[in-house]
Amino acid sequence: MADEKPGTPPENAGHDGNRRDFLKKSTLLTAVALTPGPVVHAAEAAWDEKVAAAFEKVPLKLEVNGVKHKLSVEPRTTLLDLLREQLHLTGTKKGCDYGQCGACTVHVDGERVNSCLRLAVMEDGKKVTTIEGLANGDKLHPMQEAFVKHDGFQCGYCTPGQIMSAVACIREGHAGSEGEIKEYMSGNICRCGAYSNIVAAIQDVKNGGQKV
Amino acid sequence: MDTTPKNNIGKPMNRVDGRLKVMGAALYSAEYNLPNMSYAVLVGSSIAKGRIKSIDARAAERAPGVLAVITHFNSPKVPGFTPTGKDPSQPQTVGGRLKVFHDDLVRFNDQPIAVVVADTLERARYAARLVKAQYEQDKHVTDMGAGIEQGFVPTQAKKNPKSGVADYVRGTADAYKTGAVKLESEYVIPTEVHHPMELQSIIAHWEAPDRLTLYDKTQGTLATRRDFAKEWNLPEENVKVIATFVGGAFGNALHSWPHESAAIIAAHKVNRPVKLVLTREQMTTMVGYRPHTWQKVGMSATPDGKITAITHEAVGQTSSYEEFTESTVQQTRMMYQSPNVNTRYRIAALDVSTPIWMRGPGEATGAFALESAMDEMAYLLNIDPMEFRLRNYTDKDPENGKPWSSKFLKECYQMGSERVGWNKRQLKPGSLRDGDWLVGYGMGVGTFGAHRGSSKANIRLLPNGTVLLQSAVTDIGPGTGTAMTQIAADTLGLSPDKIRFEWGNSDFAQAPTQGGSAIVNTVGPAVQEACLALKEKLRTMAATSNNAFASAKKEDVVFADGYVTLKGNTGARANFADLLKQTDGGFVTVESKPEGDNQKNYSMYSFSVHFAEVRVHQLTGEVRVSKLVSCADAGTIVNEKTAGNQMKGGAVGGIGMALTEHATIDDRFGRYVTKDLAEYHVPVHADAPDVQVAFVNQPDPYVNSLGTKGIGEIAIIGVAPAIANAVFNATGKRVRELPITPDKLI
Repeated sequence: MADEKPGTPPENAGHDGNRRDFLKKSTLLTAVALTPGPVVHAAEAAWDEKVAAAFEKVPLKLEVNGVKHKLSVEPRTTLLDLLREQLHLTGTKKGCDYGQCGACTVHVDGERVNSCLRLAVMEDGKKVTTIEGLANGDKLHPMQEAFVKHDGFQCGYCTPGQIMSAVACIREGHAGSEGEIKEYMSGNICRCGAYSNIVAAIQDVKNGGQKV
Repeated sequence: MDTTPKNNIGKPMNRVDGRLKVMGAALYSAEYNLPNMSYAVLVGSSIAKGRIKSIDARAAERAPGVLAVITHFNSPKVPGFTPTGKDPSQPQTVGGRLKVFHDDLVRFNDQPIAVVVADTLERARYAARLVKAQYEQDKHVTDMGAGIEQGFVPTQAKKNPKSGVADYVRGTADAYKTGAVKLESEYVIPTEVHHPMELQSIIAHWEAPDRLTLYDKTQGTLATRRDFAKEWNLPEENVKVIATFVGGAFGNALHSWPHESAAIIAAHKVNRPVKLVLTREQMTTMVGYRPHTWQKVGMSATPDGKITAITHEAVGQTSSYEEFTESTVQQTRMMYQSPNVNTRYRIAALDVSTPIWMRGPGEATGAFALESAMDEMAYLLNIDPMEFRLRNYTDKDPENGKPWSSKFLKECYQMGSERVGWNKRQLKPGSLRDGDWLVGYGMGVGTFGAHRGSSKANIRLLPNGTVLLQSAVTDIGPGTGTAMTQIAADTLGLSPDKIRFEWGNSDFAQAPTQGGSAIVNTVGPAVQEACLALKEKLRTMAATSNNAFASAKKEDVVFADGYVTLKGNTGARANFADLLKQTDGGFVTVESKPEGDNQKNYSMYSFSVHFAEVRVHQLTGEVRVSKLVSCADAGTIVNEKTAGNQMKGGAVGGIGMALTEHATIDDRFGRYVTKDLAEYHVPVHADAPDVQVAFVNQPDPYVNSLGTKGIGEIAIIGVAPAIANAVFNATGKRVRELPITPDKLI
């Protein structure tokens, strides 16, 4: 019912249906050979779905915040939904699901990305850092410290994305001036409007010379 | 007035929840991990008005992982959905909330007509696309048009002529028409959408057939509890609402919405916890917005700049099923000295979902018209706009003749005009330029009632010498928890790190919904009184073993290092742990109410003024806000850092109103075309200047014991006209329909 949107995981009903039907038929053939008819009939729906679902999942190796995960995910699962719903790393936020707000920003192999625009299976073998992996144990990352000091947030919902983006902004060498910071942080929306405090936090870290 | 020393109030203390927020450890409503969770996705109507003939849910029901597809054909009966029942919990609106999956009527485009529940989000989202509906379509109306005759008098005003939205006349109505110097201008603001960064989210969990827990994005845990207890005919105490962290709201979580009902119905049907997170499109279509509003201001003045009459008319849109009203015209009655003032407020019912108050509700819309008209009149009179406002300044409330509880607006004018460099402003538009950029200056004034209601607070002394306070209030971002901690620290004489203020849970002490800039005004005194009550309780308890405490005043009770002592009496010491062994220990609940007749005797308002410097590119019409100065008379400032941040945020919201925000409906289909953040433009980093904030910081003697008046609304009210007036000063072009996009300037 919903309109097609750029960034939505591609879901082709026809294709999906065909693949599922094929899987059902092939698994059913094996099942029929081994099981009495009425039992097959009764169990068909639930059992078939389980088998088909298992076939539809793709193995995925991912290192998240230094922890290696061996996962099995549907190809249509986004990195964002994998983090939030399966790994329960809810620090990465969903703000739009279309790569327009930056709330879901994480680092993949050191680069900032909108995790809502990545299908999890595309990240096989990569290293992901989320906001939960930024601090060193109890010791906050300098950017986290600076956000607290400069009050670079209000509701806090865009904050993890702002911080991940801010760290990358400095690492990329895009924090040379107030204007440059604003330009390179414009993919991270803060509806509370704490922008100038966020910029002050980034400048503080940049000028403080700490390693980010 | 409270005279205890202020070690914390007024200080720029870091937020108490700052660490959780920067670590990603603050849990918002969709982030609680319950066992056996299921996921719900809404299906919306593709027409704006009509009836649902049929819904084919077979494919969805057969799709993998689907637990239920619920429509009005098979929805569990919701006891509170009586066919014509009114909803007394929402006295401000006539009509009622949408009863989701209750009947076959479609009242707006994307109205939820089905909800699909599955074991994973992906499966629910896929199956939702398989639901197909057939409709019998009716002709819809989503275009309001212009003119007072487009609207009707709200029921509330018909019932009560003294209601704030009823017609008002002081002196002679429409007297501006015969004035010496006069103007008549129409202003339009489009529909604007709150779009907090957190999508509206809920987890509904029936813990037992008659016990419901909601992890919900709401500004009022108790209002939400009341709404859904009523919907399901449950005692209120059987419903628990948790909203510890709310990812922004700006008003859109002041109401209970269809998706919340849908999640509760779904959880009832599948007997599992159900998580429902709206999409960004659904944030546009079903959880409120600032209503499209047409306004007209007529104004007359003497040639030397004394206003003789103002007429302010407004029509705001509402839905076909619920009357929404706001205070669009009310500030015109009290803002300036004028012998003749009249206002008319109407609403127009369209085939859209119901609006809801958005930051600076009504007043922000009204201020765009009134403050633009003030600028237009100053221009006609060839008087500096600040000077014109000073000539019409009010030292008491002209609406009712009462004195102001406090008013330092002149001080705000002074502070702001100096900071923005108002002396550079030229009377003649288009006089200043910087290369290809035309430079202009403008101002806009904001005001909002300094509301103070009743509230309770729980306080408990813990054996380790720390203090726990609890309130059902939410913190949608202003820093309520931080402010309350500071208030408690000063009242108890304890360090803030010895105090824990817990909020956002309907089981905690009663507090109002967070909105209307009223929370510090209302919950602050309750926290203060709870602290004083705890001191008194401990003094009484200590008095049973030590006579020195018996005659002491509660103000003299001091907490330190695990002991209760008395100021100036080194011999009086009582150990916390010993005291806590007595009876119920150190637990107190207090209720705090407005003091005496203050609210009857005084007019209570916060005031702000915003000064903008804009640059308009003479070829492209691009507008850049190069400077924005916001000054506020908001009484005592509890936390300079968080309050300043709130002011800056309001100013940024005002930039959005002025320059970018416009929710557009394609009236042919009655459907929004600006449904995501690529099409509905909110200000980003590059749009926001470093807003300069200045507070008068004078305590108000009458609103409450803290002297606060409220900040949240006045932070945005008056910003949009300040920018529009600056654009006029830069270009000579008066834009009366927001937003001021380049096409309107070239």
